[in-house]
Amino acid sequence: MAEAFDTSYTDQEFTVIGNRTLRPDGVDKVTGRARYGADATAPGQLVGLILRSPHAHAKIKKIDTSKAEKLPGVKAVLTSADLPDLTNGNRGNYDILENCMARDRALYDGHAVAAVAATDMETAKQALKLIKVSYKKLPHVTDVDAAMQDSAPIVQPHIKKADDQTQSTNIANVSTFGHGDVEAGFAAADYIVEESFKTEQTHQGYIEPHACLASVGPDGQGELWVTTQGHFTFRSVCSDLLGMDIAKLKVTSSEIGGGFGGKTHVWIEPVALALSRKCNRPVKMTMTRDEVFRATGPTASTSMDIKVGATKDGRITAATAHIRYQDGAFPGIWGMLGAMTAFACYDLENCQSVGYDVLVNRPKVAAYRAPSAPMAAFGVESCMDLMAEKVGMSPVDFRLKNAAQEGTRASYGPTYGPIGIGATLRAVKNHPHMRARLGKNQGRGMACGFWFNFGGQTCVDMNIGTDGTVNLTVGTVDVGGARASMGMIAAEELGIPYEDVKVTVGDTTSLGHNDTTEGSRGTFSSGMATIFAARNAVEELKARAAQTWDIDIGDVAWEDGQAIAKGVKGSNLPPLSLKELAKASPRTGGPIAGHNEVVADGAGVSFASHICDVEVDPETGATKILRYTVVQDAGKAIHPDYVEGQMQGAAAQGIGWALNEEYIYGDDGTLQNAGFLDYRIPVCSDLPMIDTKILEIPNPNHPYGIRGVGETSIVPPLAAIASAVSNAVGVRMTHTPMSPPRILKAINEAK
Amino acid sequence: MLEVQVSGTLRDAVGGAASIQVEAATIRELMNILVDRYPAMQYRIDEGVAVSINGNIFRDKWSEPIPADAEVFLMPRLAGG
Amino acid sequence: MSGVHVSTTVNGDAVEFVCPAGETLLDVLRDRLGLTGAKEGCGTGDCGACSVTIDGQLVCSCLVLGAEAQGREIGTVEGLARDGELHPLQEQFISHAALQCGICTPGFLVASKALLDNNPNPSEEEIRYALAGNLCRCTGYDKIVRAVGAAAKDLAREAKKTKAKTKKRK
Repeated sequence: MAEAFDTSYTDQEFTVIGNRTLRPDGVDKVTGRARYGADATAPGQLVGLILRSPHAHAKIKKIDTSKAEKLPGVKAVLTSADLPDLTNGNRGNYDILENCMARDRALYDGHAVAAVAATDMETAKQALKLIKVSYKKLPHVTDVDAAMQDSAPIVQPHIKKADDQTQSTNIANVSTFGHGDVEAGFAAADYIVEESFKTEQTHQGYIEPHACLASVGPDGQGELWVTTQGHFTFRSVCSDLLGMDIAKLKVTSSEIGGGFGGKTHVWIEPVALALSRKCNRPVKMTMTRDEVFRATGPTASTSMDIKVGATKDGRITAATAHIRYQDGAFPGIWGMLGAMTAFACYDLENCQSVGYDVLVNRPKVAAYRAPSAPMAAFGVESCMDLMAEKVGMSPVDFRLKNAAQEGTRASYGPTYGPIGIGATLRAVKNHPHMRARLGKNQGRGMACGFWFNFGGQTCVDMNIGTDGTVNLTVGTVDVGGARASMGMIAAEELGIPYEDVKVTVGDTTSLGHNDTTEGSRGTFSSGMATIFAARNAVEELKARAAQTWDIDIGDVAWEDGQAIAKGVKGSNLPPLSLKELAKASPRTGGPIAGHNEVVADGAGVSFASHICDVEVDPETGATKILRYTVVQDAGKAIHPDYVEGQMQGAAAQGIGWALNEEYIYGDDGTLQNAGFLDYRIPVCSDLPMIDTKILEIPNPNHPYGIRGVGETSIVPPLAAIASAVSNAVGVRMTHTPMSPPRILKAINEAK
Repeated sequence: MLEVQVSGTLRDAVGGAASIQVEAATIRELMNILVDRYPAMQYRIDEGVAVSINGNIFRDKWSEPIPADAEVFLMPRLAGG
Repeated sequence: MSGVHVSTTVNGDAVEFVCPAGETLLDVLRDRLGLTGAKEGCGTGDCGACSVTIDGQLVCSCLVLGAEAQGREIGTVEGLARDGELHPLQEQFISHAALQCGICTPGFLVASKALLDNNPNPSEEEIRYALAGNLCRCTGYDKIVRAVGAAAKDLAREAKKTKAKTKKRK
């Protein structure tokens, strides 16, 4: 039982943790041996392809698949008629089903309407062309503010106005957070800053497109090889949608080529399984990049109004945020998350944030690294800079004066325990970057960010071989080097060398349910379960030693990877190492294993503060990032290289979001730039080295003090870069991406 | 008696109250009482809720004890990337 | 569908295959020759995940036809390690933590080797521009650039040693 082990941080010294070990999957990944989603094959496999709506919004009058079915080599053709609604009133699952395959209406450009499985790619492509879909085009809406108007085309008619159940609306949810009396707070302010902001839609941009290999036999048993952040969740969702038994669908997670939240949701997988079930042949599906952009889950575009009031001496008296998130064609929780995170960095007596979840004819929005927080932070942090200027304080000092601390009531409700926002701000204040000279057309900005981090259901297995080497099987997908961290934790706890541990991500038949690798939970929760599994194994090792020595187990201690006999009877007994106990295990009771199931709740919130220098070319409006520094409260850093890597990678994604990346829709509601040429993510020559400073403020709810690292540093860049650009060009930038045309326009309008 | 603060989006399920008084020693007891008292909560719980106890957010660990003088927030379940 | 018969060399081995005239070299490598180290990230030459060399020249194999391999020498990530020894670039990518998810890594390694073959002592700027055709979404490129720089130093050291040895023999 998990409760038997101490979950609290105890200020211990580590031997393995904190070193920069070599990752166990490194050699496979530099030699091309590692197998990703598209790298699997099965005998007799077919190629699966999806036909997608060319319209932003259309009624599907009729789908004629007869010609496609007759084409030699076509083994299965599928429409929504082959995916009966088994969701039993669960609207969330119904939305997933409808997103995987349109039912009576196509809700966005790229929405799946039919699918085929054929013997080869050419035949499959030809079959798609032979499917005749009769559409009746409907009015569409792709802009979040336009979608909130009463006259806007309705995306999901079943969603009604809260105050009038006869009227449909695109506003799926309104979430309000905050406390105090904001009116009184603003009345007490000497200065008010009020500004509106917009951010455009961006995509996670993982380099590996979605891919899977599905195989269902006539007995209804199935296997799914898939690139995913959570194979257990994929198993649950696919079995729910298709009416399969959970135990009879084996899902194996391939190596994953990036996810950032986009691979927490199913897209093609239920379709691949349904095609395979129809023809009882393995079906392989890989998305093209065009499909990834048009038909997976980018993050929301937003529009927001922020208001901040402060006294002359720089104390914030009140703050409000109204933030409108477009969720695509299906309701999500993105506006709610934005409202919760907007003011989380600050100690505010009076605050209110309102998040709107708004439906439009765009693809279903999915999580993207600290989902919803970067946009809210863009608006709020920009206003913090504007207010700092009004009260005549530096942006850092103004934030330090108003920063949340232990005991502060968070804007989303609870009271904070020990947190690191103040520490990151002080580190920024003292960083040499803040004192470096700037030249002509150059500007500096800094900003803060917050993310919750999560724990959740977790299960690991540890098996000790007779030579004393250890197999650790975890159920959280390794998205960025977590296997190295898990191996280090196991070695630390057992007192053996890191090299003696082999870590594997188990398939769904080998472990109990594990929640998806999301919310920066992988190392936090599987790390916790690994510690407890190791402690469980140590108990067994001690029992074997007690048996060997014929003493009471209470007289056996475990120190530095060996059993020590205590008490009078044990005074002359030499210690027994893990290796010795493992070797003798066949005759002391059989294999030695450790196991743990836990709900690893209690993840620690984390904060980051970033500094950025830019140079803007006043002729072209192009921005060059000159220098970038990330300071983040990471909790205990198990493997510093990969903690730095998360901080650098998150910052780079934020830089792309701030400067270049954006979904561009035409008047016809179709996506105009569904490719890496026109949706430009940062390339190597766009960026400088990204300096990092890890602050280890331990999480009291984890035995090693781990918080969660992966997401927080995507939150500050939008605002930090916006301030840097604004300082360089002398005009406040309020719309991301700050692409050259937008910057030029802002400069010209200010003239 | 615990004072449970209810976050904005869940208030309609508890008749609009910003906070409610509950006698509960664990998250499970709290959930049982909520469903008993407010049948509309069942759907919200199925969709997913989280409970913050003295600033620590719990999503699934319903065995978690709630200290008598704890600050408790009931909020929707959150997702991450 | 009539196929094209192609004789070529891949990582030093003679290889023959038949493919449709329109099939890309990337699909040939992955689906016909079982060399799945080169990855398809975009299919339009924008991401570099499918980077290979043809007669030492760096190309996106998604933009080359399989038929064009006739009589040429193809180099892929699978050919970088020789005689059970990793190439210094591979060693440095691992020790610098220059990969997270690793999907772009084969392309970066092939492109980095092409760079170092032509320019054994590149500056940071030269590394950044040489690798600008390879997208990485995880790392922010910082550790990749450092790894390539470190591998260049390793190769220079090795070259010096080999030179000294040859001199001695003479």
